[in-house]
Amino acid sequence: MRFDPVIKNFDYFLWGAFPEGPLGGLAMTILLAAVSIFLAFWVGLVFGLMRNSKNRIVRYVAMVYIEVVRGTPLLLLIFWFYFLAPVIVGYSVPELQTTVVALVVFTGAYIAEIVRAGILALPKGQMEAARGSGLSHIQAMRFVILPQSLRNMIPSFVNQFVSLTKDTSLASTIGVLELTRCAEQVSNRTLTAPMEIYLTILVMYFLICYVLTSYSRKLEKQLSRYQARDR
Amino acid sequence: MSGEYADWLVSGVITTLEISALSLLLAMLLGTIVAVMRMTKFKPLEWVGLAFTEFFRNTPLLVQIYFWYYGSNQVLPEAVNKWLYAHDFEFAAGVIALTVYTAAFIAEEIRSGIYSIPKNQLEASRAGGLSFIQAYRYVILPQAFRIIIPPLISQSLNLIKNSSLVMVIGVMDIFYMARQIESYSFHGFEAFTVATLIYLSISLVVSLCINLYNKHFLRQISY
Repeated sequence: MRFDPVIKNFDYFLWGAFPEGPLGGLAMTILLAAVSIFLAFWVGLVFGLMRNSKNRIVRYVAMVYIEVVRGTPLLLLIFWFYFLAPVIVGYSVPELQTTVVALVVFTGAYIAEIVRAGILALPKGQMEAARGSGLSHIQAMRFVILPQSLRNMIPSFVNQFVSLTKDTSLASTIGVLELTRCAEQVSNRTLTAPMEIYLTILVMYFLICYVLTSYSRKLEKQLSRYQARDR
Repeated sequence: MSGEYADWLVSGVITTLEISALSLLLAMLLGTIVAVMRMTKFKPLEWVGLAFTEFFRNTPLLVQIYFWYYGSNQVLPEAVNKWLYAHDFEFAAGVIALTVYTAAFIAEEIRSGIYSIPKNQLEASRAGGLSFIQAYRYVILPQAFRIIIPPLISQSLNLIKNSSLVMVIGVMDIFYMARQIESYSFHGFEAFTVATLIYLSISLVVSLCINLYNKHFLRQISY
């Protein structure tokens, strides 16, 4: 095992060429994932609510979005945006922005499903009681249903964040300088230790994702105690 | 979109289906073995199973593919390497990566499916005179299978979608062919549309099957 290329380039894996050059490596992976999950949450919330709407057209729009995105591989989606973005906008879009849009559109569909299921999982009596005590439908959603169901969804959101962190590795295929791309560069430059390099970044991904997965399991146990239930 | 390009896409579809089917079969086997390892009362086996599922579920498939493709020749003996390079090494590395990744997920589905059967079912069948193996064979597993099948179908769907990643190491699947058409003819738009439609129709058919299955079989389970 030759780990010296790994040790020599470890700071490059962590934050790329950062103070002198562009940010990259693990820092970029985490940044990409954090920005994308934040935006995807709002996209997912809107489409999840639309999916539960009584208006048939609104419901179908959300359904088509969710089904189409969930039926397409992420890699294909990234390339769609990569090739389409210049056509739509009229000038070339940097890879980083393209990736964020693709990740948001992709993850938004999965979050919409989580939101829909989370709202449906709440007992019907909650909505009826809120409406019965004089709240409008929107008020009942805003003050009674969503605060409870969103709290129950937190573990699923954490799991989605873990998948998203793994998915950011696909950005390397269009040249975004995140952890996987940095590893590829180092591996192509040194040529002697591809196994050690890829093993190292596998472990780096694993540490982040495993910590988050364990956290979501713990949360799930804690939250299940306070859930409103049907009688 | 005709003639040669259509042939390319068809051969891409065949490659995607081949690599998915082969990986699915192997992943089912490996996943079952790992699930059984995790349910034995023998600690070292349990830990190996746990480490396997946790590690491969919490790392990106793309990096795993690179790992198997670029890294495996350092570990394997020279003769095996020679044989692999003489044959379709890209395809083999793709199958290994997809198998291991999917097996980790399948093992979890199987384990949680079996654990979702209440414990008193086992106790009751043991008390009713069945042996441990008989209890599993006639009482636990038939019920667990009905619960496991829908998540397993959606795992196979994920596998088909994930198989698009093997094009990064040069396996000529649907997506690889679409990109090749794009670079030969600049008809990237059409090629990507066809590729997307193929993936979409596969997954819509599969999710239709899951819904039908859930409607007809899942309600029979009650406890």
